[in-house]
Amino acid sequence: MSLTREQMAQWIAREIRNGYYVNLGIGIPTLVANYIPPDIDVMLQSENGLLGMGPFPTESEVDPDMINAGKQTVTARAGAAIFSSVESFAMIRGGHVDLTVLGAFEVDVEGNIASWMVPGKLVKGMGGAMDLVAGARNIIVTMTHASKSGESKLLKQCSLPLTGRACIRRVLTDLAYVEVDRGAFVLKQRAPGISVEEIRAKTAGKLIVPDRVPEMAF
Amino acid sequence: MAGFDKRVASYEAALAGLSDGMTLAVGGFGLCGIPENLIAQVYRMGVRGLTVVSNNCGVDDFGLGILLKNRQISKVIASYVGENDEFERQLLQGEVQVELTPQGTLAEKLRAGGAGIPAFFTATGFGTPVAEGKDSRRFDGRDYILERAIKADFALVKGWKADPSGNTIYRNTAQNFNPAVATAGAVTVVEVEEIVEMGALDPICVHTPGIYVNRLIQGRFEKRIEKRTVSPT
Repeated sequence: MSLTREQMAQWIAREIRNGYYVNLGIGIPTLVANYIPPDIDVMLQSENGLLGMGPFPTESEVDPDMINAGKQTVTARAGAAIFSSVESFAMIRGGHVDLTVLGAFEVDVEGNIASWMVPGKLVKGMGGAMDLVAGARNIIVTMTHASKSGESKLLKQCSLPLTGRACIRRVLTDLAYVEVDRGAFVLKQRAPGISVEEIRAKTAGKLIVPDRVPEMAF
Repeated sequence: MAGFDKRVASYEAALAGLSDGMTLAVGGFGLCGIPENLIAQVYRMGVRGLTVVSNNCGVDDFGLGILLKNRQISKVIASYVGENDEFERQLLQGEVQVELTPQGTLAEKLRAGGAGIPAFFTATGFGTPVAEGKDSRRFDGRDYILERAIKADFALVKGWKADPSGNTIYRNTAQNFNPAVATAGAVTVVEVEEIVEMGALDPICVHTPGIYVNRLIQGRFEKRIEKRTVSPT
């Protein structure tokens, strides 16, 4: 079975270490916060200027001056810091965030990522995504392995306008976890019950399959 | 003291001198921390052909969206312009120009504009459509593009509290782009929820020092919430 959105979030949550500063993009990445184990202490960064994002507020806690980068009302946890957009992107661009998780339309074997623009469709903007991919040392991209019509999103070369060049090393899809290395995707793990053949069939870019590819466990 | 009293008596006075074709830098992220009364005053003045520099462009009937609807804006420099049907319509019709700019680059452009830095190198956007037509250079094995600073004729800022000299503090994430915007205006206008006495703000807590502020006014704010999201209790 391919992974559900919740399982993808659960998988990523296991990659988070105690003491990490983490930026979670909108969509599947946001779900990751629900699976961070209670014994792990994490500061979530929101690029509008909040480090230490807490849960959504109760009705009585709602504060129009307290939102996240998705413009949702949020709270600040104990130990949070609030600052300007300039400061926020200094910490992002400067490589101070330990882990960034974001979605994408396409990734290719050179580590290029396309996530913000489909020509011919209305372009709403890149927001902070270009700064995040340019600045983070450790990025996990989450997306489905193939489009609904079955076309691979792991490509030899991205077809859409890029968000960043040669910046992606790690990709989690609903079928597999792969790492980008020297012009190829290296298959590291596969979703439970998903065969190497299926992954190979849905990966357009060069795929290296090691002798042993463990199944993910949930 | 009198020489440092930036208070003005009305919103008319706050934006006196704003005219057609000017560039406005406007603070806020989504609808959070936007100078909503100053924007409403721009609407009332009816000035047109504006270039607006702001992370977002409001929603259809609030914030900068009201200026779009009134055809007062000819160009927007922003990082994200979703959530606004009228904007999409004008964009598709070619009635408004948009220069999409990565969010961190936009913040740094304003910071640089206010800090006397004409341009800066950033890795953000290298190898993407954002880099088109821009110089690039390699430092320590990594590629960077040259981005120009932004200065504005008027900077519109929303603060929480300020003293009469314009020393301003922001509340929670309503800070966002406001401090950078405050530095980038030839004329910087700050509206706040409360003007406090000189000496009432702890100097170590001031976010925007009054030296950047030309005009100050106290307003009443609706503070509309774009995406009210609550936890189940």
